Amino acid sequence: MTVTRRARRPAGRPLLYTSYSQDMALLDTRAKKVWLGVLLGVAVLSSGLPDDLLILLAGAYVAAIGAIGLNIVTGYAGQVSLGHAFFVAVGAYTAAAISGDPGGRVLGFGITSMLVWLPAAGLAAALAGVVVAPLAARLRGLYLAVVTLGLVFLGEHVFKEWDHLTGGPGVGRPAAVPELFGFRFDADSALGTRAQSLYMLMLVLLVVFAVAARNLARSRIGRAFSAIRDRDIAAEVIGVPLTRYKTLAFAISSFYAGCAGALLYTITGFFDPGSFNLLMSVQFIAMVLIGGVATVSGSIAGALFITLLPRLTQELPALLPFVSGDTTQTPNVFQIQVALYGLLIVLFLVFEPRGLFGVWIRARAYWRSWPFSY
Amino acid sequence: MKGVLESLIRGLGNGSVYALLALGFVIIYKATRVISFAQPAFMIAGAVAVSHLAQVTGFYAAVLLSTLLIAGVALAVERIAIRPMVGRPVFVVAIITLGVDVVVRVVVNGFIGLDVRQVGDPWGLRPVEFAGLAVQQRWVAMFLTTAVLVTLLFAFFRYTRYGLAMRAAAFDQETALAQGVSVGTVFALSWGLAGGLAAVAGTFVGTGQGVDQLTWIIALKALPAIIVGGLDSLGGAVTGGLVIGVVESLVQSYQGDLAPWLGQNFAVVTPYAVMLLVLLVRPYGLFGTPEVERV
Repeated sequence: MTVTRRARRPAGRPLLYTSYSQDMALLDTRAKKVWLGVLLGVAVLSSGLPDDLLILLAGAYVAAIGAIGLNIVTGYAGQVSLGHAFFVAVGAYTAAAISGDPGGRVLGFGITSMLVWLPAAGLAAALAGVVVAPLAARLRGLYLAVVTLGLVFLGEHVFKEWDHLTGGPGVGRPAAVPELFGFRFDADSALGTRAQSLYMLMLVLLVVFAVAARNLARSRIGRAFSAIRDRDIAAEVIGVPLTRYKTLAFAISSFYAGCAGALLYTITGFFDPGSFNLLMSVQFIAMVLIGGVATVSGSIAGALFITLLPRLTQELPALLPFVSGDTTQTPNVFQIQVALYGLLIVLFLVFEPRGLFGVWIRARAYWRSWPFSY
Repeated sequence: MKGVLESLIRGLGNGSVYALLALGFVIIYKATRVISFAQPAFMIAGAVAVSHLAQVTGFYAAVLLSTLLIAGVALAVERIAIRPMVGRPVFVVAIITLGVDVVVRVVVNGFIGLDVRQVGDPWGLRPVEFAGLAVQQRWVAMFLTTAVLVTLLFAFFRYTRYGLAMRAAAFDQETALAQGVSVGTVFALSWGLAGGLAAVAGTFVGTGQGVDQLTWIIALKALPAIIVGGLDSLGGAVTGGLVIGVVESLVQSYQGDLAPWLGQNFAVVTPYAVMLLVLLVRPYGLFGTPEVERV
């Protein structure tokens, strides 16, 4: 028998790995291939949904890109960051400034091509991450959490004051223009409505970023991150340069955050410097924790869950008569929504620390041995 | 010079509020190795409780009742959400406190409503003449109350059985357990103390300008205070709180003239800037113990 480059798995033995490349494959089991295909198919077919839902889902996909970024630094590399909103803001403003109208009220350079502003937004945010990293690399655990929290407040101040760039609080500025080779994703076209174009764009980008993150996680860099997370001193002893890899973790995570920030507001078209506050950071943390720490699929599930939650709570007044849809009354849906973020974080951490990913693992284990419970 | 002294006194007043909050953070940190992000919620809950109770019982009794009430709430939170997490990574517990904070604040916001609530304090914004300086009465009240509370606290840790138990548990939990210290009680006590301190701090934050739904952000300024002082140093918490208060007050008075390019309201974020500067020089704060790690 000749040795093929990728050894084939013997029939009927789905969990037998006969080569290293099989063990390290992105989709190492047939179930994963099938499920991924099904999910992608559903996602593509979903573009037939009503426009308002598509816009919501597009937002969720962008949030998922940001959540994957936070998961890289917090989940894979174990560096707690409450400062994700700051990096999102850096990306959002870089993209908006590059693609903005040069003659407008706010800073703009008029380069609307996504090929320019998307990488630029990511790189600017990554640069911000590298600038913060020397401080972050010296600190551990909760010191780091508090410092990154401070970053959000300092950033919020800068963005509120720098009104030539941001338009100032309460006024805001137009977001980046999603244009690629002359095609505008934020307008109705022959290919579909505005919502459909944006939906497909975000879906494709999410797949690209998610695959990149999975690849990163199984590379030398990803293994170094995990080693740092599990025990940083032990990692250093076995030859992982701590400062370099912590810096890298912050840079990559910030790159994701920057891209997410740049894309997030192309959907609404307009944004305000007050958006990048602690609540945004907490939402990203919630996505990562509810979805599943150190899993890419979990980040996506968490982002979908958190972004679609407001939509679900909107239905509450119809079901529970004491809940009001009016903000001036108590309890109203907005209060319940915010409280749910908090409550869900607590409940998941107490009862299912692996998040939605863990729920999936449990369900899978249950059905694998069905009808037996063992 | 008069202006400098006046803003110095205002800084000491505000700083003593930060010190009270910071003490709460540090007490919980020493007992459980966790930064409790729930402190802002307890602070605002304390202020709101006072604002409701003061109409019935008068201000001073309301402060006492609200302190006890919030200490009770903190005890309940510790028992329900934190105690089951003993032995889990500190990051997880810290995020749980963040979740608790969000939930408690939503509930409290329901009691605030859309308007500013007054806590019914006897001082308001009235100044008192002191050695030729116009000083608001509430700064003096804040500073004196904090001085008394800090003295009582330090005496508690130094001279009582429970204080000794807390110090022992902070030093080494397992050894303390082996010596018969109930570490669970220490956890509960630390949360209760922190909740009570936060309630008092909240009342003082509410004096003069009242409380609204955004007042809780002030409590986060105690985080730079504990980082500046060092996470595990009670003295550091007090020093850090006062330093942050004074620097913030001086910046508020003079930054507009000396460094207008920093933008309006830079004073609001000075605590975080100070924190970053201190951390660049001393990663464990001014009085914190450098962590010794063994593999």
